Amino acid sequence: MSSASVQIIQAVMLLLFAPLAAGFVSTCKARLQNRRGAGVLQPWRNLRKLFKKEVVMAHHASWVFRFAPYIVFTATLMAASVVPALLVDTPLSLTADVIALVALLALARFFLALAGMDIGTAFGGMGASREMTFSALAEPAMLMSIFVLSLSAHSTNLTTMITHTLNSPFALHPSLAFAMVAMVMIAVAENGRIPIDNPTTHLELTMIHEAMILEYSGRHLALLEWAAMVKLLLFSTLIVDLFIPWGMTAQADLTGVVIALGLWVVKVAGLLFVLAVFETSMAKLRLFEVPEYLSGAFVISFLGLLSYYMLEVGA
Amino acid sequence: MNTAIMLALAACSTALVAALAPLILRQPVAQRTGLSLLLAVTGLLAMIAGIYGLVLGGDALILPLGLPWLPMHVRLDALASFFCLVIGSLLFPVAIYSQGYLRDEPRLTPLAIFMPLFVLGMLGVVLSDDAFTFMLFWELMSVSSYFLVTFKHENLENRKAGYIYLVMAHLAGLLILGSFAVLYAAAGSFEFSAMRDATISPFWASAAFLLAGFGFGTKAGVVPLHGWLPEAHPVAPSNVSALMSGIMLKVAIFGFIRVCWDLMGPGDFQWWWGALVLAAGSSSAITGVLMALQQHDLKRLLAYHSIENIGIILIGLGLSMLLAHFGHPMLAALGLVAALYHTINHALFKGLLFMGAGAVLHSTGTRDMESMGGLIHRMPWTAALFLVACLSISALPPFNGFVSEWLTFQTALMAPQLGGALLTAIVPFSAAMLALAGALAATCFVKVFGVVFLGHARTEVAASAHEVDNWMKVGMAIPAVFCLLLGLLPVLFIPLMDSVPELLLHASLAGSIHAHGWLWLTPIDIAHSSYSAPIVLIGMLVLGGLAFWLLHPKGRTIRRSVMWSCGNPHVNARMQYNATSFSQPLRRIFAGIYRPEEDLNIERSRHKLLADNVRYAVHIGDMAVQYLYQPIGKLTLYAAKLLQHEHQRGIHAYLAYTFITILFLLAVYI
Repeated sequence: MSSASVQIIQAVMLLLFAPLAAGFVSTCKARLQNRRGAGVLQPWRNLRKLFKKEVVMAHHASWVFRFAPYIVFTATLMAASVVPALLVDTPLSLTADVIALVALLALARFFLALAGMDIGTAFGGMGASREMTFSALAEPAMLMSIFVLSLSAHSTNLTTMITHTLNSPFALHPSLAFAMVAMVMIAVAENGRIPIDNPTTHLELTMIHEAMILEYSGRHLALLEWAAMVKLLLFSTLIVDLFIPWGMTAQADLTGVVIALGLWVVKVAGLLFVLAVFETSMAKLRLFEVPEYLSGAFVISFLGLLSYYMLEVGA
Repeated sequence: MNTAIMLALAACSTALVAALAPLILRQPVAQRTGLSLLLAVTGLLAMIAGIYGLVLGGDALILPLGLPWLPMHVRLDALASFFCLVIGSLLFPVAIYSQGYLRDEPRLTPLAIFMPLFVLGMLGVVLSDDAFTFMLFWELMSVSSYFLVTFKHENLENRKAGYIYLVMAHLAGLLILGSFAVLYAAAGSFEFSAMRDATISPFWASAAFLLAGFGFGTKAGVVPLHGWLPEAHPVAPSNVSALMSGIMLKVAIFGFIRVCWDLMGPGDFQWWWGALVLAAGSSSAITGVLMALQQHDLKRLLAYHSIENIGIILIGLGLSMLLAHFGHPMLAALGLVAALYHTINHALFKGLLFMGAGAVLHSTGTRDMESMGGLIHRMPWTAALFLVACLSISALPPFNGFVSEWLTFQTALMAPQLGGALLTAIVPFSAAMLALAGALAATCFVKVFGVVFLGHARTEVAASAHEVDNWMKVGMAIPAVFCLLLGLLPVLFIPLMDSVPELLLHASLAGSIHAHGWLWLTPIDIAHSSYSAPIVLIGMLVLGGLAFWLLHPKGRTIRRSVMWSCGNPHVNARMQYNATSFSQPLRRIFAGIYRPEEDLNIERSRHKLLADNVRYAVHIGDMAVQYLYQPIGKLTLYAAKLLQHEHQRGIHAYLAYTFITILFLLAVYI
């Protein structure tokens, strides 16, 4: 098995498993709420239905609206293929480090927000304004937690960071704990989950993501929904990579890849289950409390930085 | 005399010829063509001179001009070559653009005289090799740009902006002169070569640094010295705004680098210099973008973004100063390269943005974003090119803004522990502020592009807008192509500018930057960090194309219908989000910084729950103007009033003043 083939398997896997991950979260939530739920495969059925449906666009929608779904989808997929999931050193992981990865997702968001503005409805502009505002406030916290992680590895390359964690002896690092909490908080916000935004909402005055894509239909909507699912799986994989990478294989041999795949599924499923528990037990925040949540994440990551310098340097 | 400096001097002479051309050319058409052609040639020559100088090295020369005891010294070293390249690469497209933009301008003569003089001033500053020549061209640049700002002097707004600009430009000039005076005292000569060799005590070095920092900082628009910038840039003609914002601010950055890195040198750096520059950079970046978010005058918004980008450049320079002081020349070189890369990037995308704003202004007659909308249908070319600039300034891959911000992040992230705990914490904190500024810039440009080009036309003028002519399109297309190329191939461009850190810091990045092949940009080495824009772009094109080809049904057009309006049949353009509503969440979140003066009026005549008419107005003033400039202005007036009394004394009082002054001078100098 060459590393290139593992790379392809990995990218396709993230793409195909993404709807399953979304279905898994909603099934877990349904069970936790004493409902049966629609099953893990429901997002796949939704996508299939949307791909078959006809696209209808508003009269004055421009090419920005028309091509935004493709740009959003490819930028997200590009970001997903950079993240190592099974193999530590994949050919594409050199293409973008963590900062470039965040920037690729920002590119997707930029076009999504523009598409929201293109139709000229109040909802589209509202969603674009909120999405861009809150993601901007999330950015410093995201960078700061990446900073904390890169301090001990002296690198922002995912491969090097993972290798560093795998090779260093297991020890409790308070800075990593802070960084992890901050990163999880940011991941929740970036993916528009409760308590920031509710992905199952529709036509609610506090919606963010759904407000931007309200005007989309057919395959365009399918691509945007799919991109959102890939993004959720991407962030889960990223957190797994950065904080609990054990089990990932350094060589591209069959047994290693299979073991890595099994462990990856378990770890991501665990993380998503925690998300479902939180989403069930928590209410959505008021819109103007979101900045406080995000600045809280920033403060936590900054504490991580300070604790690294105070407790871990030279230790 | 080598080729590079000959080309640079040829560029200067062409600019001079262009300034004198209106003496012969009297017809507006001839003036316009002459101006555009000669400036385009100037730009091209400066660009070639810059590249020649960077690759083959420049030369120094003494011109038989100037004062009898102080002939003009000119020198084209790596730093000057780089800034020649910056000037040329924006001047060339702006000159082409001007040919179309000035078509309907009835009174061209002032522009035809002062625009070339302005360019000459900037080139002269970059080439000068003694303090006298530097100040001479610096003043030429400042004064001629004053006449460009007040080009439409019939408007009160323009005269006021011009006055503030002139006052602050001269304050800056005075401070810079003071910094040269300190260096002169150490060297005993006005020549830069003598200043370079002179040793200077730490105290006087710090004095020169502070004077230069405040002087050049005022000209570059560093917060809180930026008061003139958002007034002057919007009122100038758009081609001039492009040059002022794109290049003139960079000439101030050049001056700062020249004085601190070259005339004094990294050996003189003290730890707090870098920290101060870093703090100034972070605060400029954040303040600039926050103020920009609340503007609805398109050109004023862009002017505030210039403040933000100058802040980003200063973050790179501050990191470089800190790292040089603590003995990490390689990382210092990386910081310097990041700052310089952002310098040329900002020149290109901000020039393009101002040209785009000029195209919109030309075709709608307004700078107010609230009366635009839907221009993408009427002006497709302008919209597409403007979008490239929006993506670049928002630091999104694969465009150029991302590369320079990424390099700045890398410098900050790779900075090892420096000095004390405070310094160690300030570096990541400024990186976080840079991240916030970058993300807020993206927010702002979603607003700009969304409100101006997307949605429905909000007024009649926007609905009847027209596309601009080919000159303007070409003028905008050139920087757009450069934005993409600089974003895709930093690996080829950074070695070109590598001679600058080699000159200033004796450190070269050439070994590491493309150590892993031309596809990957690796600032330190492959294990630390890497980024490959070509792979990102090709990957996205392949994946996107594949998705489109697989999903799009062949030979079928997409069905169009009315937009969904929640069942309300009466939807109009005023229901869209506009510039003010888009920035409402930020206004609320940062209310402590903005202190908005809001005015909400709801008329209810029928029932207290039924509003007939709602009016909302908001005003946000610049804090620096409110809390710094106005008190200083008041204090000056107050002091003048106190002295007024002394002015009205008799002749003997004046004689007494003269006598005391002479006594004082004798006491000091003998």
